[in-house]
Amino acid sequence: MTPAVVRLDRVSKRFRVGAFGRQELLAVRDVSFELRAGEVVSLIGESGSGKSTIGRMILRLTAASSGTITFDGTDVTGLRRGALKEYYRRAQGVFQDPFSTYNPVFKADRVLAMIRWSYFPDVGEQAWRQRVEDALAAVNLNPELVLDKYPHQLSGGQLQRLLIARALLLDIKLLVADEVISMLDASTRIDVLNLLADLKERGLAVLFITHDLSLGNYLADQTVILRRGSIVERGATTAVFGDPLHPYTRTLLASVPRLGSKWTDEPLDPGPCRYHEVHPEGGPPLAEVAEDHFVACFRLHEGRKCG
Amino acid sequence: MTAPEPVSGESGPEVAAVPGVATVRGTGVRREALYFAVRNRKLVGGLAVVVVFLLAGLVGPLLVGDPLAYVGPPAAAPSGEYPLGTTTFGQDVLAQLLHGLRATFLVGTVAALIAGVIGMLVGFTGGYRGGLVDEVLNMITNIVLVLPVLAVLMIIAAYLQVRDVLVQAVIIGLFSWPWVARAIRAQTFSLRAREFVDLARLSGMPVRRIVFREIAPNMASYLFMVFILLFGGSVLFAATLDFIGLGPTDGISLGLMLNHAKQWSAMNLGMWWWFVPPGLAITAIVGAMYVMNVGLDEVFNPKLRET
Amino acid sequence: MSLAVEDLRVYYRTLRGDVRALDGVTFSLADHEIMGLVGESGCGKTTLGKSLVRLDGRMRHVGGTVTLDGRELPIGEDARMNEFRFAEVSVVPQYAMSAMNPTRRIGRMVRELVGSRGIPFASVRSELDRRLALVGLDAEVLERYPIELSGGMKQRMVMVISTLLNPSLLVADEVTSALDVSTQRAVATALAGFRDRDLVRSMIVISHDLSLVYQIADTVTVMYAGRLAEKGPTEVIVERPRHPYTQLLISALPEVGVRYGGKRLAGIPGSPPSLRPPPPGCRFRARCPLAYGKCAEQPPFAEIEPGHAVACWRAS
Repeated sequence: MTPAVVRLDRVSKRFRVGAFGRQELLAVRDVSFELRAGEVVSLIGESGSGKSTIGRMILRLTAASSGTITFDGTDVTGLRRGALKEYYRRAQGVFQDPFSTYNPVFKADRVLAMIRWSYFPDVGEQAWRQRVEDALAAVNLNPELVLDKYPHQLSGGQLQRLLIARALLLDIKLLVADEVISMLDASTRIDVLNLLADLKERGLAVLFITHDLSLGNYLADQTVILRRGSIVERGATTAVFGDPLHPYTRTLLASVPRLGSKWTDEPLDPGPCRYHEVHPEGGPPLAEVAEDHFVACFRLHEGRKCG
Repeated sequence: MTAPEPVSGESGPEVAAVPGVATVRGTGVRREALYFAVRNRKLVGGLAVVVVFLLAGLVGPLLVGDPLAYVGPPAAAPSGEYPLGTTTFGQDVLAQLLHGLRATFLVGTVAALIAGVIGMLVGFTGGYRGGLVDEVLNMITNIVLVLPVLAVLMIIAAYLQVRDVLVQAVIIGLFSWPWVARAIRAQTFSLRAREFVDLARLSGMPVRRIVFREIAPNMASYLFMVFILLFGGSVLFAATLDFIGLGPTDGISLGLMLNHAKQWSAMNLGMWWWFVPPGLAITAIVGAMYVMNVGLDEVFNPKLRET
Repeated sequence: MSLAVEDLRVYYRTLRGDVRALDGVTFSLADHEIMGLVGESGCGKTTLGKSLVRLDGRMRHVGGTVTLDGRELPIGEDARMNEFRFAEVSVVPQYAMSAMNPTRRIGRMVRELVGSRGIPFASVRSELDRRLALVGLDAEVLERYPIELSGGMKQRMVMVISTLLNPSLLVADEVTSALDVSTQRAVATALAGFRDRDLVRSMIVISHDLSLVYQIADTVTVMYAGRLAEKGPTEVIVERPRHPYTQLLISALPEVGVRYGGKRLAGIPGSPPSLRPPPPGCRFRARCPLAYGKCAEQPPFAEIEPGHAVACWRAS
């Protein structure tokens, strides 16, 4: 098996909230998983599940409160200045709202120029132009239609692809895609999705953060289901979607509107807690119930004990 | 004189706080801003008015005599010899106006520059850094904000035996920055949460560049507005000081003119030529700068250009 | 037939000319029908919904009629529409959060609202409680402020308020798009429940999500660039769509179970035309794989079988 590009080990994030930051909010708790090269992992969760916070912690935009995030063997949680800049040469992100990711005052292609200023100040005009054209070709964008334009003159799909092209200007190994297509129209979102799949063929590790289960399923090799900051189930996508075990995963799957099959009211009997079958006395946050299929205690967040 | 040059000169605080920013920005961006700037009627019109007064203040004093000398008949209405008439003491109002303009521009510009630079440094730092740094800066800001400025100024003025216009400008500048800091801090706070700031961080940009090249341009028209308000406020504050006898011990200003006129009952005596010109000049300068600000907003905001 | 829309045209005024957001829309709604209205952003679906209730300041009624229960709605005249709003046509807006006054307790807001229609609050109170129970809310929410409710609760609260006077037509504009999947299901089911209990006569559910509309709608209408592309019974539209746009749109939807490795889906190349003004002929022509010479002429929105209308030369 290829080695992990990124490994999260019991990562937690606490936010201080309330007056004078007296109360604490545990946005992410004890989350562990890994991403390998050439693999898409979808991180699925509803609002408030901490999925975006995890993406931000991996990109060091938010500091982790505890736990380690290792990239190619080095812990990135403590990186600063120069080292952080070098990390961003290998790891990049694309965000949900294309219109807010571009500085409205400047032209859209400035996001490409910023990469040049920071990382390739010595590359000549001609050579840089070639690189930009190659990157745009990789995301199926016509340079004439997107260069020298303001963000509001481009469509959401074009803007998101331009951001992926920006990441490709660097020699990245990891792309964090946070809800990148949730604001795009149905007829264009699938193209951006396919683009992410192409990146995986290039050997990149892609973390695909989404609230939409059908999108996560289409793309991912591995699936992680989050609820209120904790992983409730994770494993191979075929296992998690084919044989969902945790009651929360089952509820989610039953609620997804699908074409061709209407919502049904059949009771979702999860059966006995599979976690405690493996760890009767408790133990790590997740139990491996089948090969590459992990599940948390069925009663997680309900404040009750199993059994 | 080309249109944008005085603009960047007027928005002095920004340039002063960010040495070299305007020059390192891409030439394309500059040329384009220039293109829209010279086609904006509000900007060009407002600028024309300010430039006329500025030139009058710069060149005028060379063409007229001592503004305080008793040269003509007392309280004479405008005539060929004295185009704006004379004061109760026979001083030439035109000479006073031209010298006063120079003093007013000096006080307004220097005080606004000082207050603008301090306010922006404090506001940007506190707003972007947050946390303890922000709390300390905020405390200092609040202390200066609640100082009884007039009382402090009286004490300072009493100590300084010789006061010229420049000293007055510095003192005003040192006490009028707190509201600027607070306003900029609040704006920076909200802009910092936008995704384009995350993208700039992912592009390896250092904090200083993120603040001045990503956040500040979004506030460019606002910063200019701040300068206008500071300029106008300083001019009026100077007039107040002049009135209570803490003004320059030598020379003349528009504020001093107004207060002399009021002191010697020009209004009751119907000597309109004594107080109308300086009052009109202050109104015209500050008003023209406000119109320029609206125009500048259109130049800086690509979305407003199209409608 | 409860609603009949005939050749409706509504334009947006901008400084660079009119945007023809609705350009000749004709359809009708049967009693008891839930019509799903789907399309991409900018296709005019929200404009259509607003036109039936309240035109906003930049919208101009250029032509066409809207008839509800045999009476023509004066949609171009804001003041005259007041008589119909809330009582006859009602709306559940996309952002229920901003539809409610944050400084008022919810109960007081409802009291003022029904009061403005000359109806004493006491006379609707028991019905209100019954309906709150229907959507799974406790009557105690009336004592709370909007900020104390979650997104799904607010959305259901607005639904209850909008339908309190049993309107003939309810327009629900993207009511679930800001909600989580499990809440989304509850809200959508509650919407259908209002129709099932005859609290509203007919309903238009506007959404960008065809899968969601499929769950609750009887008929589906697909819009493209200010015009209707296809309308028909839900099953027909999903299983044998006739308009190329509908076909491509459905084939671009990843479903649970479809994997990239097994079946690579494709989007629709190109983007919708500008509506300022739109190009002549069929508006989907530039992106359509089946386009031919005839498409330079605008196809009529014609029935090809009972209850199934398509605007495409290839379909007739």
